[in-house]
Amino acid sequence: MALKEQFEIPGGLKKWSLALMGIGVLTLILGVVYLHPFSGGHGEGHGEEAYGATKFWMALMQNGIFWLLVTAASFFFVSVTTLAQGGWQLSFRRVPEAISGGINVLGPIVLVILLAYVWVSDDHNIYHWKDVEHVKHDEKLSWKSGFLNPTFYTVLSVASVGLWIFFRNWYRKNSLAEDLAPKGETKHYWKSLAIAAAFLVTYGLTVMSTLPWMWLMSIDAHWFSTMYSWYTFASSWVAGISLMMLFVVYLKNLGYLEYVTEEHIHDIGKFMFAFSVFWTYLWFSQYMLIWYSNQPEETEYFIDRIGAGGKGGPFKAIFLLNLIINFLAPLLILMRRGAKRNYTIVTIMAVVIIFGHWLDFYQMVTPGPLKKLGQASNSLSYFLYSLGVGLGFLGLVLWLAGRYLTKAPLLPKNHPLVKESVIHHT
Amino acid sequence: MSVKKFVVGCFDDEKTLFPAVKNTRKAGYKIHDLYTPFPVHGLDHAMGLRETSLHTAGFIYAITGTTTALSFMGWVFTKDWPLNIGGKPNFPLPAFIPIIFELTVLFAAVGMVLTFCYLCQLAPFVKKDHFHLRATDDLFVMPLEVTDKTNVEEVKAFLKNAGAVEVFEKEAETGWWIGRYDKDRKIFEKEEKTVIA
Repeated sequence: MALKEQFEIPGGLKKWSLALMGIGVLTLILGVVYLHPFSGGHGEGHGEEAYGATKFWMALMQNGIFWLLVTAASFFFVSVTTLAQGGWQLSFRRVPEAISGGINVLGPIVLVILLAYVWVSDDHNIYHWKDVEHVKHDEKLSWKSGFLNPTFYTVLSVASVGLWIFFRNWYRKNSLAEDLAPKGETKHYWKSLAIAAAFLVTYGLTVMSTLPWMWLMSIDAHWFSTMYSWYTFASSWVAGISLMMLFVVYLKNLGYLEYVTEEHIHDIGKFMFAFSVFWTYLWFSQYMLIWYSNQPEETEYFIDRIGAGGKGGPFKAIFLLNLIINFLAPLLILMRRGAKRNYTIVTIMAVVIIFGHWLDFYQMVTPGPLKKLGQASNSLSYFLYSLGVGLGFLGLVLWLAGRYLTKAPLLPKNHPLVKESVIHHT
Repeated sequence: MSVKKFVVGCFDDEKTLFPAVKNTRKAGYKIHDLYTPFPVHGLDHAMGLRETSLHTAGFIYAITGTTTALSFMGWVFTKDWPLNIGGKPNFPLPAFIPIIFELTVLFAAVGMVLTFCYLCQLAPFVKKDHFHLRATDDLFVMPLEVTDKTNVEEVKAFLKNAGAVEVFEKEAETGWWIGRYDKDRKIFEKEEKTVIA
């Protein structure tokens, strides 16, 4: 039996990803027309119009960072299974490898967005700390200014994204070279372990600790939570696994990935289930500590979202929905063994989880900059605008993953552990 | 206690064990159980065992734990002995959640371990018959249940043919019992009747 190991992009994927990208571009054009991103706008005017520029940049940052972290999480999956010397993932490892190729394009795009906001835009509703005059007489922000300043922001962002791209492409090159190497050769295998280890150190020092503090937590610059980066990582990681699941099921339905069986689907399903619970664990740890100690400078973050003293905040519904679709739904629906082996259920849950964590990022980013608008900060029009931009990024991620999938055989056939994946049984 | 008659086949290799199990089931013999020195992947499927219900039991124990914790703490802090702790409400759900979680895990874990031991008939001071002592070392032991009407010689020949390295007849106790081998004469007498083929 000849393996169908060379992927060709079917018309459907091309059409859909281009359509999604079209939606994104159209939304952005509407944004440029209606939100006037470059016309000053310090948020000192009246009503919602004054926040046009803020909304424009906020949507780009939220979606760009979310999808970039999702693609980075794909490479985290590749690295972590490589370093653990796992064998089961090999029958579909080219899929997360291809999704992580998105970093090559999304990385620079996100850097351009972030640096344009920090250096070019006049708006400082998102990052208060870039307003030099304000920081001077703000005790807390001037104390934090060693970390939160445009120069360090630029250095850390560029260095992080640069290192991810470097390690991802190095790993990929090594993985492709292995395909051409003689059978039974293990040099590339040991090298891939070293690359994965080096990447994981980088990833630990960026996504798991410093970068989300800088990119996202500094939106609420006065507020702080040491758990925030872990929480952000957990969000992007479970969304990344779900995206991988979608691609594996999609390729399987097209007749590719012959060696992927129910056992592999079951194991990816376990990851989706387990890390949904892990996300909730971090969500709750952050929430409960702040709720319990009840310090004004800490509770402020949750008051902006769910309100306090019997008065509901503007994001209360989204906040609760976030918990329901990211915790209760995966917990109850994916708990049974049969559910994790059912292609339909895992596909639906993967879509739900990705949307849920997009929503999580939405409620992490939006309330802070629009705080002064009160109840009006959560408007349907902005939600749809952000969703449109997000769909554009999704289209880009799908298109890029499809492109990278065509560039290599779907099975790393000379990997020494490939047989483990073929006979994988749980 | 019920003592039954068995024809026991011993295999020394997984590779012969799997086809032997398959052929035995096809031939219609009743496999009592399989005793292996280590857990063998896929053997449960080969034997045609149904999925265990242990996880369903675990789920029930878990929600029992959840309910116990929630209702007990709720009752204590709202009805029985309300306390003002740091101005928090009398029913502070976030503060209860770690305890609810712990009790859920505790009930599920303890309940499942006890259920597992019961299903496997394992407990302190409880005895079970061995079909072959080397089942704990290096032999895969497959006892087949037979009746008085069975042609034992045919079964033995069948097992030999399937690749068994050792075949013998044995009468054994199927369940567990509390007692000691040296005092339990009944079992001892039967032990002497064992015929090694």
